[in-house]
Amino acid sequence: MSSARYNLFSVVIHWVMALLILIAWSIAIVVGDMPLSPLRIVGFSWHKWLGITVLFLVIIRLLWRATHPAPKLDLKMPIWQEKVMALTHVALYLLMFAIPLVGWLMSSAKGYTVNYFGLFDLPDLVGKDKALGHQLKEVHELLANVLVALVGLHVLAALKHQFIDKDGLLGRMSFSRNAGK
Amino acid sequence: MKLDFIKSLKCLFFLVCAGMTAQVLATEYGTIDLVKSNIHFTSKLMGSNLSGDFSKFSGKVSFNPDDPEKAKANLTIEISSFNAGGQELQDEAKGKNWFNTKNFPTANFVSDSIKNLGGGHLEVHGNLSMKGKSMPLVMTVAYQPQGKQMVFDASFQLLRLDYGLGAGNWADPSAVANEVPVKVHLALNPK
Repeated sequence: MSSARYNLFSVVIHWVMALLILIAWSIAIVVGDMPLSPLRIVGFSWHKWLGITVLFLVIIRLLWRATHPAPKLDLKMPIWQEKVMALTHVALYLLMFAIPLVGWLMSSAKGYTVNYFGLFDLPDLVGKDKALGHQLKEVHELLANVLVALVGLHVLAALKHQFIDKDGLLGRMSFSRNAGK
Repeated sequence: MKLDFIKSLKCLFFLVCAGMTAQVLATEYGTIDLVKSNIHFTSKLMGSNLSGDFSKFSGKVSFNPDDPEKAKANLTIEISSFNAGGQELQDEAKGKNWFNTKNFPTANFVSDSIKNLGGGHLEVHGNLSMKGKSMPLVMTVAYQPQGKQMVFDASFQLLRLDYGLGAGNWADPSAVANEVPVKVHLALNPK
């Protein structure tokens, strides 16, 4: 049984970011194919605001993770699974950083200055460039699709541990200190 | 050098002669240098700035720095030269909810009176017609010579709904702000 839990800050930021990413992604799926309309503008504004929040939080999270190692994983698990797990985690961190950053670049290239909740403007990272904007859109979407696949893997693996292996893995990311014990 | 000296002499001679017949002989400015001039605007979408411009415009401006209040301006802006955001946004902007360029291909500004504020600043009163609506417009214009040209800079704010820009569900200013800051930069060549 795995009883060691991630520290509370790690747990909170994990679930907050999971929720933010889920909402930001859902908005993009809903408004992405809509014709230009006020609703599309409102939707994409929220998508960008949440995305920028994710970018900001992932930086804090990476700094936190670098100074606060993950609790020891005392599960019986094949080595290859541990390797896949570690790789998936690294890829998730990279994508959480890269996707909003590419989105910000894409917005700048398309000539839309990104702001934060209508409060202040963020700097344009590149000048207006239609072709570049289009390429960045492709990259943003491709990376987002990779993220969806990896999140799927991450969730399925966690569920498999919890409900098939019954090793209490979810307890590591639980708010309750006793969960999973 | 020698030629220049003779030219200057001629010029001086001309100036003296002109001075006897007329009170002033300052350069008058008339034609617009379209390469150096531009019309920029900023639209706020959910508080986010989208900047754009109209690249095609023409018109008549006459300006004499010695008598700026007699200046006149008549500018015609080709709305189809609207450039901001992506293709979809451009198509929408030209469509019937916004500029309706099919029926209203141009916007027109005509000055009516000009007040000299001094220090290279003018208060220009005029009318801007766009999409079949004509509204009075007042702007402060700064001018200064730049090389052979006279350069004018104006910034003012338009309310898009005054001109019926953004009909239907676009009328709600929470997604697209009603206020549209506009910046005009005009370079005039001497007449």
